[in-house]
Amino acid sequence: MNSKHAALSEKFIADEPRTNWHDETLWFVREKRDKATHGLPEWEQLREWASQIKNHTLSNLNAYLTEFEEKAKANGIKVHWAADAQEHNEIVHSIIKKNNIQKIVKSKSMLTEECHLNDYLQEKGLEVVDTDLGERIVQFRKEPPSHIVLPAIHLKKQDVSDTFHEHLNTEKGNNDPQYLTEAARQHLRSKFIEADLAITGVNFAIAETGGFVVCTNEGNADMGAHTAKVHIACMGFEKIIPKAEHLSVFLRILARSATGQAITTYSSHFHKPRPDQEMHLVIVDNGRSRQLGRADFKNSLKCIRCAACFNTCPVYRRSGGHSYHTTTAGPIGSILNPNLDMKTNADLPFASTLCGSCSNVCPVKIDIHEQLWKWRQEIVKEGYVSSDKKTAMKGMSYMFSNPALYRFVGIIGRWMMRNFPNLLKSKHNLWFKQREMPEAPKKSFRDWYIDHQK
Amino acid sequence: MTVALFIPCYIDQLYPKVGIATLELLEKLGCDVVFPLGQTCCGQPMANSGFSGLTNGCNKNFIANFSGFDYIVAPSGSCVLHLKEHLQDDKNPEKAHQIKNSLFELTEFLTDIIKVDTLDARFPFKVGIHNSCHGQRGLNLASMTEKNTPSFSKPEQLLKMVGGIELSYPKRKDECCGFGGTFCVFEEAVSVKMGKDRITEHEANDIDYITAGDSSCLMHLEGILNRKGSPIKTIHIAEILNSSF
Repeated sequence: MNSKHAALSEKFIADEPRTNWHDETLWFVREKRDKATHGLPEWEQLREWASQIKNHTLSNLNAYLTEFEEKAKANGIKVHWAADAQEHNEIVHSIIKKNNIQKIVKSKSMLTEECHLNDYLQEKGLEVVDTDLGERIVQFRKEPPSHIVLPAIHLKKQDVSDTFHEHLNTEKGNNDPQYLTEAARQHLRSKFIEADLAITGVNFAIAETGGFVVCTNEGNADMGAHTAKVHIACMGFEKIIPKAEHLSVFLRILARSATGQAITTYSSHFHKPRPDQEMHLVIVDNGRSRQLGRADFKNSLKCIRCAACFNTCPVYRRSGGHSYHTTTAGPIGSILNPNLDMKTNADLPFASTLCGSCSNVCPVKIDIHEQLWKWRQEIVKEGYVSSDKKTAMKGMSYMFSNPALYRFVGIIGRWMMRNFPNLLKSKHNLWFKQREMPEAPKKSFRDWYIDHQK
Repeated sequence: MTVALFIPCYIDQLYPKVGIATLELLEKLGCDVVFPLGQTCCGQPMANSGFSGLTNGCNKNFIANFSGFDYIVAPSGSCVLHLKEHLQDDKNPEKAHQIKNSLFELTEFLTDIIKVDTLDARFPFKVGIHNSCHGQRGLNLASMTEKNTPSFSKPEQLLKMVGGIELSYPKRKDECCGFGGTFCVFEEAVSVKMGKDRITEHEANDIDYITAGDSSCLMHLEGILNRKGSPIKTIHIAEILNSSF
């Protein structure tokens, strides 16, 4: 099976200076995260609390979701339940239709990306304007986000300048970030004013209050929600936390892990609609129940989408988000996406060296690299593996189970490496493509040991 | 003290000098070293590729070779971690359990069990330390830059006992080299790029050698160094700790 991730990565790396820039940019974010977290003596304790709160919530999800729905309804929020992406999109569309709305703004919501809401609404003749700067940039370019927190991190100033020149009529070749963001600001300002409906995501939904919190750095969720007459917030059901006081843990770990900030610029608490405003909340399953039922992978639902695992991942930094060919890239994406479509995403758990850095930065202590290993086992069990690889593995297993055969193959192998080195210097040998072969010694360690004993 | 020596298959076949250095070093430090002759592989190549179902033969063979020892030592964090996490024997779980508890990576055995505080070794060269992920993050051989915990390093602690040595770390102290088992061929482009980037950072420190506790990382880095004709050499930590210049 030719790995899509491997092929797309190779393409990305072909431009080495750009790969270096991508790697260094994200490493800079990782270092900012280190500074922000190492300055807190209680950091490891916060991670432990966050993990335990999420574990507890996932084990009592039905109770907390029911409590949340009750409280939210009592606050005047209309609550909808969607079993999958299709139903989510239909619910959003029905609200738009009922209110006869044309102008829609949307702040960042990975859930709506996961459900491909924009495409769905576009087919219905509706345009959604993404108002997060990075998302607006990739939306102009008709690209998916390459990172869940920094959607346009794969693009350089020049790319943004070209895109804005084409779509916003900015000066050609003007790469000044101040100039470009000002252009985006003016453009988005008019979209906010015109909008009749705002869609936002949800970072935390609080069971005891029926309210929810949306975190942004640009304030774009607030600009949308506070001006539009209808607000739809969309959330995966795992966004629930039991109590408002738990925000004192989660708001402290989220931004520190994501960007190295102490807190997001805006942490907006929504509890009820304004007078004359409609507020809807769509709670989505879309495969989450299935993941909740997988003992080995259940705790991936603890994820708060900070993307710290992206920024630390040495593979992600050098292969770019699009190489993961899914909405959520990076290590966390590689353990979430096989649940959604194991066959299409069979390559992703293998797009890792299992170095373990992802699990170490995870603020809710998801054992990401261990789940990558476990997904590999599941994928092979389901048969999503090439027959060549399977044959090779069976051969190796047989050889290593028979010590005499292993030694015999070792003797032959080393002899071939010494006497016919050119046999291995072929384009079919992927090791040799950019690396020399190790030198084969005449004697194995075991041979030496036996001589040494004499 | 009797120590059973586990020499991972690729070290046995390709880097016997690493096995020799490990054995000599342990003997110098007063251990009676036994090398069970029927040993092969820990099973990691299959398991990490998703074929843990094909590791029964390796498990059986490992248990047959290594049962009943107080200590088992291997010059590889990666193979030790695999065994500690996945060695199993459904018919005889106590045997697997006993082996897992007796098994040590070389440097942790030296610092934690033998409690070495001096070494009669000399290595008058500039050496860059590579932290192998499975040893560092898996076996906790050194503190990790991601975590907010006190700083320590078992390999560095030992290397500092070596005469004449000048130690350095690359700028990113514990970034993966990109070997990753079969990752090194199935994700060849990323694997090599990761290795090249490690080497660039080590080169900035003007070193003679890169050392690590795992020959797998070193084999990958050596392949890239040799392709570019670099004067930098790779050397397993056991070879340095056992050296006398």
